Amino acid sequence: MIETTGLRKSYRKKTSRKSGESPTVDAVRGIDLSVSAGEIYGFLGPNGAGKTTTLRMLATLIRPDGGRAGIAGADLFTDPAGVRRRIGYVAQGGGTTDTVSAREELVLQARMYGAAKARAVQAAEGALKAFDLADFGDRPCATYSGGQRRRVDIALGVIHEPRVLFLDEPTVGLDPASRAYVWEEIRRLRTEGMTVVVTTHYLDEADALCDRVAIVDHGQVVAEGTPEALKREISGDVVLVGLEPGEGVAKRAAEVLRPQPYLHRLEVQGEDGLRLYLEDGAAAIPQLLRALDGAGVTPGTVRLQRPSLDDVFLARTGRSLQQS
Amino acid sequence: MKLARDTWLVFQRQVLLMIRTPIWIAVGIIQPVFYLLLFAPLLKKVLAPDGAGSYADAYQVYVPGLLAVLCIFGGLFTGFSLLGELKAGIIERSRVTPVSRLALLLGRALREMVALLVQAVLITLIALPFGLRVSPLNLLLAYLLLGLLALMTSAISFGIALMVPTDAAMAPVVNTIAQPIALLSGVLLPLTLAPHWLQQTARWNPFYWAVEGMRALFSGHVGDSSVWQGLLVVVVMTVLSVYWSARLFSTRVR
Repeated sequence: MIETTGLRKSYRKKTSRKSGESPTVDAVRGIDLSVSAGEIYGFLGPNGAGKTTTLRMLATLIRPDGGRAGIAGADLFTDPAGVRRRIGYVAQGGGTTDTVSAREELVLQARMYGAAKARAVQAAEGALKAFDLADFGDRPCATYSGGQRRRVDIALGVIHEPRVLFLDEPTVGLDPASRAYVWEEIRRLRTEGMTVVVTTHYLDEADALCDRVAIVDHGQVVAEGTPEALKREISGDVVLVGLEPGEGVAKRAAEVLRPQPYLHRLEVQGEDGLRLYLEDGAAAIPQLLRALDGAGVTPGTVRLQRPSLDDVFLARTGRSLQQS
Repeated sequence: MKLARDTWLVFQRQVLLMIRTPIWIAVGIIQPVFYLLLFAPLLKKVLAPDGAGSYADAYQVYVPGLLAVLCIFGGLFTGFSLLGELKAGIIERSRVTPVSRLALLLGRALREMVALLVQAVLITLIALPFGLRVSPLNLLLAYLLLGLLALMTSAISFGIALMVPTDAAMAPVVNTIAQPIALLSGVLLPLTLAPHWLQQTARWNPFYWAVEGMRALFSGHVGDSSVWQGLLVVVVMTVLSVYWSARLFSTRVR
C-alpha cells in the first residue's frame, strides 16, 4: 500500500542568515518503507526524530528532496493530486474552526474532496453517527473537550473513505478514556480495510496498537518489525538492579558483572541502577546476587521484566526513549 | 470549472465565518465616519483655491480617497486572518485535500473584497447627507475599481503573511508598506496641492492612479483619461499580485 525508498528531506538552518554558508539539517535521511494493506503501522521515536516530517512528506504537504514513494498506486512525485484523493491526514493539532460545528466542518471537508452538496450532507450525517459525535456535533468546535475534538479530527480525516489514513501523534494530551477510544476507532477503521499509519512517542501505544513498528531516530529507521519480533531480538529477559546509593557503586557493580558469562549486555542507569540483558533472568538472578555480594556490593532491589520497545530503542541507539 | 467551484466553496465558508462575527462591520465603519465628520470639513477651506466652493465639493474630493484608503489598508491587513488559520491548522487540513490551491487563496481574497465593498457602500450612504452627489453609473465603476483594489491588496497581504512567520512581525511590515502607499496616493489631500517632485514621485505609485480615477468618477468625469488609466493600472496590478501570492501559496511549505 505504501512503498518508499530513500525518502529524504533536509532543511536549511534559519539562524545563520547571510553569514555565508547555511548549514542544513537532515530531518529525514533515507527512509525505506513497505506498508501492507490493512496494517496499522507505527513510527516510534523521540521528538525531532523525523516522524512528522516523514508523515508530512507522504501526505504531500512537504516536497521530499529525494527518493521514491508510491501510495495506494499513486506516485508521490509525479501524481500528488492522485495521492491526495487516496489518503486522509490528521495533523497533531487537528484543524477545526472554532466558530463552526463539527457537522459544518464535515460537510465542507466532504465537498473539498469533490462530493456534491447532498452527498456531502449525507456523508457528514454518517460520520456523526459512526464516530459518536451526534450529541455535540451541532455545537461550535470551540466548546469541545480534547477527546471530542480528536474524534472530530479523525472523522474529518476519513470522510472521503481513503485507502490510507495518516495520524500524527493521535493521542497526545488525551485522558486515558479518550485515548482508549481513539485506539478503538483506529482498529475499527482497519477492519473496514483502511491502512493506518500513526506516529507516536508512546511505547505502549506502539506496542498495543500497531501491527508493525518502525523505530525512527535521527531521521533513519533503526529497527522495523512487529512489536513481538522486535522485542524478541533483545535477548530473553531484562533485569533491573537497584543499588544502595553511594559513590562509584554502580560503576563497581558493573565491573563485577560484565565478565559474567550469562550476561549479554549491561547499561548503567544513573548513580545507582543497572539494566542487564540476559537469556534466562530467573536462573541468573541468584548468580548475579552472589557475584555482587562477593564484591561487597549490596543490591537494594532486583526486578525481572520482559523487554519492552524501549529496550529495543536502547539497544539500537544507546539511549532510552523515555529519557530523550 | 473546478477552480470556480472550489473558490465558491472556500468563499462560502469564509462568508459564513464573517457573518458569525459581525463586529468587523462596526469596526470597519466607525473610523471612516470619524474622518468624514472630523476631518473632511477642513477640506472646504484647503481646497477653496482649487475651486471647491462648498462642502459638497469637498466631499466629492475626500470620499473617493477615503474609500480607496479603506480598501488599501483593509486589504493589506487581511493577512492576519490567514496567519490565524495557518496556526490553527485549517490551511494544512485544506492542503491535503484535492481542493485547488488557487481557490484557497481566491476564496479568501474575494471574501475580503465583499466585506470591504459592503463597508464602502455604507460609507457612501453615510456621506450622502453631507452633500455627496455621484451618478449611479459612475459609482458602480468606482466600486469595480475598489473591488479590484481590495482583491489586489488582499493578495499582497496573503503573500506577506506567508513570508513573515508571526503576527508580531506582520504588523510593522504591513504598516511600513501601507503608510507611504497611502501618503503617495493623495488620499488625505489631493496631490494637486503637492510640490512638483512629490507629484512626480507619486506617479510611480499604482495606488495614486487608482485614487485619481476614483476622484474623476466621483466628480462625474467618466470620460477623463485618469479613469481608464486607473482601471488599467489596477487590473494589471491585481493580476500580478494574485499570481505572485498564488505561487507563494502553492510552493511555500507551511
